[in-house]
Amino acid sequence: MMRTLDEITEFLRTYDGPEMRIMEVCGSHTAAIARNGIPSLLSPGIRLISGPGCPVCVTVSSYIDRLTELAMEPDTVVVSFGDLLRVKGSGRSLAETKADGGKVIVVYSPAQMLDLAAADPGRCYVFAAVGFETTAPVYALLLEEAERRGIRNIRLLTSLKTMPAVMERVCLDAGVSIGGFLAPGHVCAVTGYELFRGTAERFGVPFVVSGFTGEQLLASICRLVQLRGRGTVENLYRTVVKPEGNREAQQLIRRWFRPCDAVWRGMGNIPGSGLCLRESARDRDAGSAGLVEDRAGNGCQCASVLTGRIPPTGCPLFGAACTPQDPRGACMVSQEGACFNYFISGRKGK
Amino acid sequence: MQEPVITMAHGSGGDATGRLIAELFAEAFHNEYLDRMEDASVLPGSGRIAMTTDSFVVSPHRFPGGDIGRLSVCGTVNDLLTSGAEPRYLTAGFILEEGLALSELRAVVQSMAETAREAGVLIVTGDTKVVEPRRQRGGILQSGLMINTAGVGFIPEGRTELGAAHIEDGDVILVSGTLGEHHAAIMAGRMGLENASLFSDNAPLGDMAGRLLRSGVRVHAMRDVTRGGLATVLGESARAAGLQITVEENRLPVQREVADFCGIMGLDPLYMGNEGKLVIAVAPEDAERALALVRGSRYGERAERIGFCRAVPEGEEPLLLLQTAIGGRRVLGPLYGEGLPRIC
Repeated sequence: MMRTLDEITEFLRTYDGPEMRIMEVCGSHTAAIARNGIPSLLSPGIRLISGPGCPVCVTVSSYIDRLTELAMEPDTVVVSFGDLLRVKGSGRSLAETKADGGKVIVVYSPAQMLDLAAADPGRCYVFAAVGFETTAPVYALLLEEAERRGIRNIRLLTSLKTMPAVMERVCLDAGVSIGGFLAPGHVCAVTGYELFRGTAERFGVPFVVSGFTGEQLLASICRLVQLRGRGTVENLYRTVVKPEGNREAQQLIRRWFRPCDAVWRGMGNIPGSGLCLRESARDRDAGSAGLVEDRAGNGCQCASVLTGRIPPTGCPLFGAACTPQDPRGACMVSQEGACFNYFISGRKGK
Repeated sequence: MQEPVITMAHGSGGDATGRLIAELFAEAFHNEYLDRMEDASVLPGSGRIAMTTDSFVVSPHRFPGGDIGRLSVCGTVNDLLTSGAEPRYLTAGFILEEGLALSELRAVVQSMAETAREAGVLIVTGDTKVVEPRRQRGGILQSGLMINTAGVGFIPEGRTELGAAHIEDGDVILVSGTLGEHHAAIMAGRMGLENASLFSDNAPLGDMAGRLLRSGVRVHAMRDVTRGGLATVLGESARAAGLQITVEENRLPVQREVADFCGIMGLDPLYMGNEGKLVIAVAPEDAERALALVRGSRYGERAERIGFCRAVPEGEEPLLLLQTAIGGRRVLGPLYGEGLPRIC
């Protein structure tokens, strides 16, 4: 096994074996790969492909539409992370709604919402609860704290998704042929990594759980190339990720949410790939059920990008009709989006 | 007794206005030109003039390491300096909201006066208007005090013109100190973080620019690293110069406290604003001398050589590149999105 960064870099730069297509599943990995200039360090035989792990990118239009409606309703305030603001639904984005007088507040942490809601009991505060297994415990904690403090006017509009089923879907897509997965480090910190073993073995594809620094990413890519063809899961992010994950976070998720089917932008319904509020927390739900319509209009190729069938640069709109200033699709809006990161870092889709 | 505040009468042009000017502005800023209290100040000077203006709306007015008054002098003075000028005169226009505490205004005005003295400029004319307070929006405190300053400087005889268009293939890029402090301090202040280790770097850079330009080192361009951060400023320079500029990540100076804050907040110091840093393009033979001059100047102790310029290779474009810490190469595009609004 190679030890030093120089050895790893040299191996990756000079690799001349059969083409190896590696999918980075997590949006934070996509951003870290761009930030560190990693594609420029890889031989042409190693291709990194961005996957469906940017939460904003896989959210369907009817969910955004519902948020914009809520923001215009009397006595309702929508609270969101900044990333979601410029994503368009079938019509407008939250940012446009806000400019028109819609009530939208951007926060860094859902916990900020507790004080806002407590001070303003006459209005209902709805958090745009978008995310994966990583963010779900944060929303659960928000609800726990709201219960503890007796704050009734906090609700969630959920669009929560989980990783294993969508990765299986990517493997089933014959047009993609992924040779290895950079497994999402943050998700695995919560869930552990055994949940990927079934997919790894069934498709004979290696998964390596990776951290987010340049060195960690290079080491994980190197290991995936070495594991080529073997259906196995390895953890190279041991300081953070334990085999069993974070039990406390898992319990929090289970207390408030249950698994459900979920519709992914451009990919349709994937059974068992989402989380929704439990029946016992019905009064905390701002109407999340049934938001399944997905109108990714305007020739946007998000679905093909999100499943790795084409690189962002393969979309005819990329960099021309679709730029970060004037994005057509969510993948160009989100800081974790594949298109955004390709665009800002000059990453090519070779 | 209630604390005295600004009222609409202070903007009436009548007695209250007169007293505000006499007791606050004239006293703090006084100099032979302002003291005449004419509608316009007549000033001595000759040769090529540099002129600029900037408005300051930062919220909160006072932040760790500075305040809107100091900022309003530094911003305009530093803009003049980048043209190669020696700043001499400033104007000061105040837009005050009714209800602003007089003590708050006094603190800001005194800070302006002190900073002007430090920068060696005279505030020679001014104006005050009072407006009704605006509503608070989006949970962010609106500024009750806005300042516009315009500045005039003179370019000494024989000094060569500076600007991105004069940057040459082979030039070395220096930055005069650590990145992102102002942005981090304002942001931490707005979030109510009681972190005593994040301070704005707002400072007038006349000593630094003066030492460089008087020394004869061949400086080709200087820019003030403000909103949008180093990446935005150097990206604009690369395009204006028609060159590729490469910045080396390992050489970028960032305070540990700022780096930690960025890590937590998901920010990139390359895109965060400063208010007291210059980025300098200098001929390669003079680079070490220039670096020593900057390091020996006030506010320049942590200056670094961070990059270089080169002609655009065949088939590529003029742009800013980053050589990453692990040896990768990537484009540093402009800042997209809002960044942090109203930091200056």
